[in-house]
Amino acid sequence: MIYQGKQKIWADYQKEIPDDRWYYVRSCIRQNFFPGAEKMFMEICRNVLKKDFYESASHTTCGGIAYHCDTIPQETVMTIVARQFALMTEAGYENYVASCITSFGNYIEILETWNEFPELEAKIREMLWKACRREFNKPKYVAHASDLIYKYRNLIAERAKYRLINKNTGEPLKVVEHIGCHYSKMFPSKGVGGAEYPYVLCGMVEAWGGNVIDYPERRHCCGYGFRQYHIKANRGYSISNTHKKFESMEPYHPDMIITNCPGCPYFMDRWQYAIAEMEGKTYGENGYGIPVFTYEEVAGLVLGYDPWDLGLQLHQVAVEPLLDKMGIEYDPKRKYEGLNHKDLLKPELPGVLRCC
Amino acid sequence: MIDFGFKISPSSAINMDNADLSLYEKVREIEPDISKCIACGSCSATCPAGRFSGMSVRKCILDLQRGKKNEVKKMLSCCMLCGKCTMVCPRGINTRHLILSICKLYKED
Repeated sequence: MIYQGKQKIWADYQKEIPDDRWYYVRSCIRQNFFPGAEKMFMEICRNVLKKDFYESASHTTCGGIAYHCDTIPQETVMTIVARQFALMTEAGYENYVASCITSFGNYIEILETWNEFPELEAKIREMLWKACRREFNKPKYVAHASDLIYKYRNLIAERAKYRLINKNTGEPLKVVEHIGCHYSKMFPSKGVGGAEYPYVLCGMVEAWGGNVIDYPERRHCCGYGFRQYHIKANRGYSISNTHKKFESMEPYHPDMIITNCPGCPYFMDRWQYAIAEMEGKTYGENGYGIPVFTYEEVAGLVLGYDPWDLGLQLHQVAVEPLLDKMGIEYDPKRKYEGLNHKDLLKPELPGVLRCC
Repeated sequence: MIDFGFKISPSSAINMDNADLSLYEKVREIEPDISKCIACGSCSATCPAGRFSGMSVRKCILDLQRGKKNEVKKMLSCCMLCGKCTMVCPRGINTRHLILSICKLYKED
C-alpha cells in the first residue's frame, strides 16, 4: 500500500478529543477492584493538569452489566442512560467521559441507535419525564477516560518522575497492552486507531518510555465476557481464554500488562492465581506473576505517586518486582496500612504464585 | 492444587514454531506429489467412508502439515482403500498410494 493511502486510512481512525470541560461518570466495579484508579484520574486531570472535570454524586450505574447479562431490556438501559445525560445537562456540561469501557460502549450504542431510530429517542424522553421529570441534551462528545489520558500523555511525560525503563539495564520495559472489547470492537470509528490498530494504550506506553509487545493473541478477549464468568458453569470457558492469552504472551517475557477496562485487569490479575493453583504454572520471573495495571495506575506511578496510595496492595499479583525494576521508592511496611494508619491486616499468601 | 469447580480447556490454537513436522517431511520424501495438493476437497467429497467416519484425505494432508499426527492416524484407520479419491484428484496425485505410504510410516514408528 502506498504511504499516502496508509495515512488516509489512519486519519479515519483518529479522534478530535476536546481538551477541557468534561462531565465524568465512574464505573460500578472499578472502585472495588482498583480503588486508586479513578481517584488518580481525577487527581491528574484536576490537580496536575488543572482541567475542568465535574462529577455528580447522583449518577448511577449505566445498566451495562445487566444489559450484557440479558437481565434487563434495552429500553430500561436507555432510560438509565438518559438520566445520566440529564444530570450532565443540568450541570452545564456537553462533553461526557466514562471511566468504564462497557459504559462507553453502551453510551455509543445508545446514541447510534437514537440516530437510526429517532422515534425510540422520543419514547425514552417521554419515559424519563414520567419517571423523574428530567430532560436532557445529548452530549456533543463521548469519550472514554483512557482517550483523555492518551490525549494528555505527553503532558504527563513532561512531568514524569519515573519512566517505563528497567533502571538496572537501561532497557525499555516490555509492556503488554490490552484493550477492552467494548472500546472499539463494536464501533471502530469511536476508538483511537479503530478495532484493528487501537493506539490508545500504545501511545501512552511509548510516550512514557516502554516498548509494546506484539504477540499472537494480542486482540483476544481477557476472558471475562460477562455471561462467561457470571454463570458459574461457564467459568472454565472464562479462565481458558485468559490461559490462552498468557500462553501466547509468555515467550516474550513481558514485564507488565496495561489495560483500559474494568474487567480485564481484574481477570488477568486474579486468574493468574487460579491458573497457578490449577496447573502449578506462573508467568512472571522467579515464580511471580506478571503485574497487571490500569492506565491511571501506570500514569500515577510515572508521576511519582506512592504505590500504596494508588491501591496497588489490592492486586493479587505482587507489584514489587516491577517497582524495583523501575526504581520506584516504596515502604514495604506501609503496604497494608490503610488511611489514618489503620492496619488492613495481611492476607494469606497463595501456595504456588509467589507474592510479597 | 485447589479444585475451583471448573477446569481449563486446552487451546485449539496451533503454534507452528512448536509443531512436529517430521512425519510430513518423511512423507514428502517418498511421496513428493503431496506438495501438489491444492486442498480443493474433491477427494473428501467423493470418499464413501468420509460421510460416516470423518475420513478426509484433504484434512489428513492439512493435519500432517500442522503436526497433528494422532488425528491423521485415526482418520486413516477408516479408509477402505477404494481409490475413488485418486480418480477425481485434479492434480493427478495418487492419493491411494499416498495413504498406503503414510500408513507404512506409522507402522515403522
